[in-house]
Amino acid sequence: MKIVKLIGIISFSLLFQACSSVEETTEVVDEVVSTAEQSVVTTQAIAQRNSITVTADGALVLIGTEEEGSALSQQTILFDFDVAQIGSDFYASLEAHGSYLANNPGASIRLEGHADERGTREYNIGLGEQRAQSVRQFLMLQGAFTSQITTISFGEERPLSTASNEAAYAQNRRVELVYNSVN
Amino acid sequence: MRRALKLLVAILVIAFYSSSFAQLRIEIRQGIESPIIFAAPLFSGNPIANAILRDVIESDLSNSGRFRILNDSEMISTPTQLSDVNLSDWRLVDTDYLLLGQTEVDNTSNYRIAFQLLDVVNNENVLGFRMPAPPEGLRGAGHRIADLIYEKTLGVQGIFATRIAYVSQDQVGSDIYYQIVVADIDGTNPVVVIGSPEPLMSPTWSPDGRRIAYVSFENNRSEIYIQDVLTQFRERVSSRDGINGAPAFSPDGSKLAVTLSQPDGNLDIYMINLENQNLSRLTNSSSIDTEPTWSPDGDYIYFTSNRSGSPQIYRIQAEPNGELERITFEGSYNSRARISPDGEFMVVVHEINRNFRIALVDLDTRITQVLSDGQLDESPSFAPNGDVIMFATRERGVGVLSSVSVDGRIFQRIASIGSDVREPAWSPYAFR
Repeated sequence: MKIVKLIGIISFSLLFQACSSVEETTEVVDEVVSTAEQSVVTTQAIAQRNSITVTADGALVLIGTEEEGSALSQQTILFDFDVAQIGSDFYASLEAHGSYLANNPGASIRLEGHADERGTREYNIGLGEQRAQSVRQFLMLQGAFTSQITTISFGEERPLSTASNEAAYAQNRRVELVYNSVN
Repeated sequence: MRRALKLLVAILVIAFYSSSFAQLRIEIRQGIESPIIFAAPLFSGNPIANAILRDVIESDLSNSGRFRILNDSEMISTPTQLSDVNLSDWRLVDTDYLLLGQTEVDNTSNYRIAFQLLDVVNNENVLGFRMPAPPEGLRGAGHRIADLIYEKTLGVQGIFATRIAYVSQDQVGSDIYYQIVVADIDGTNPVVVIGSPEPLMSPTWSPDGRRIAYVSFENNRSEIYIQDVLTQFRERVSSRDGINGAPAFSPDGSKLAVTLSQPDGNLDIYMINLENQNLSRLTNSSSIDTEPTWSPDGDYIYFTSNRSGSPQIYRIQAEPNGELERITFEGSYNSRARISPDGEFMVVVHEINRNFRIALVDLDTRITQVLSDGQLDESPSFAPNGDVIMFATRERGVGVLSSVSVDGRIFQRIASIGSDVREPAWSPYAFR
């Protein structure tokens, strides 16, 4: 039942893509090898619609226009100390990710919340989770589906920078948007 | 031949304890001004056992910061039994207490230890014990003797035979390896409980000292495990969607307080009944509620919540729809409480001038006293006698363990060699 629904959505997006982007060069993602035909179709749909691909580690690689590319290529959202609200600097980028997910129901994303090393560890797990949830809600307001988004919080356990200064802290207070590989 | 073999075994025992397992070591940063002056002339009997015992007893008492140990060069005589003691020899060098002992090896290669503690000032034999010890149990016997001396001289139960659990982080090539380790409180005898390339967090002891609950990300999500320290047998007690964190055993060991998040990511405090796995919810707010810890009587759970806008400590009755009360009001950041064994004090991480320090809160007067002086001090844990608090701090970018006496007078640093260590959890008295 669920599969029928999914195929319906995929067909719809293929149709949508066929109408809207006839001109766009479609670099079909050769490196994404999948045995399930459905996945291949989905991957191609995503790739053709947005001219992007997802690498094995979950990064989006964009082949599209400059402007669209810069909004979607921002995959880290930064936060202030002990704050989970998203700053307006990141709205444009999250709007782009949200509509990308809305237009590509086959795509899915993992939001990894983090905190800097200040404060206590389990509280920071909570803070990382709240940050990931803020991003999740923003994406859903843009039309992304619940089923496309998972969250995890690593608190202060996985810093990007291990230095103990404000620059490092600013870098570490983040949510990383990690697209799941389609294969 | 048999004698040579015994000697070889004894030498191996010493080598074993003195080299490979010395992962942490204690340094006193600050002691008290008028410590108890303690003398332990070398025991009579087996020299190898005596050297280990004397080293352990003297280190324990010295490391507590409350004793000064007399050097051999300061001793006028070296008696090994009461009848040889000339009190004036000891009064002349201001000795408060004198320890005499004998060890002998019995026919099963175990040691028999006998010792006496003499109050030099009052010329009184205040403590006398005999205890057996296998060769591998000599350090443990030394810790127990130090505990007895500590209790007799200071009136407070000693903590030298207790243990700590902590998290260590090592760089292995380009990867990080996490371990939860259990060691004696002087850092010797470290035993790895669990190791993982993914983060390990929040080790905490069961009240019987046999098991440790902790959080592991080994399956790329947070999960709570309970593991037997001796047998290494473990079970996964919570692997629900979202966050599974901050485990805390109830004082009777029947329940585990935890932090769980709903699918919407809302962190709240729950209790898992460990007998039937039933779950009951204690808090229900849109804020971060986490870091639960029990009052010693089991009636309350203290926890961190940012429901007021910044993290503060609250407590709630440990039952559904229990009454809620805010505990901390001083400062903009108070988190991860632990309650003293007598229930009178609470220790928290407290922000002051952008530094995170360990602070003691008198639960009666609510007066907050900052005890530590670091920038990133965290994870305070009470000794089971309530006299000392161990915590994690950072020195030159490396995590180290420190301790401070509750009166703020004695600081110890437990230096680590190599690893980044953190999250110390002091064991209860009862353990095997």
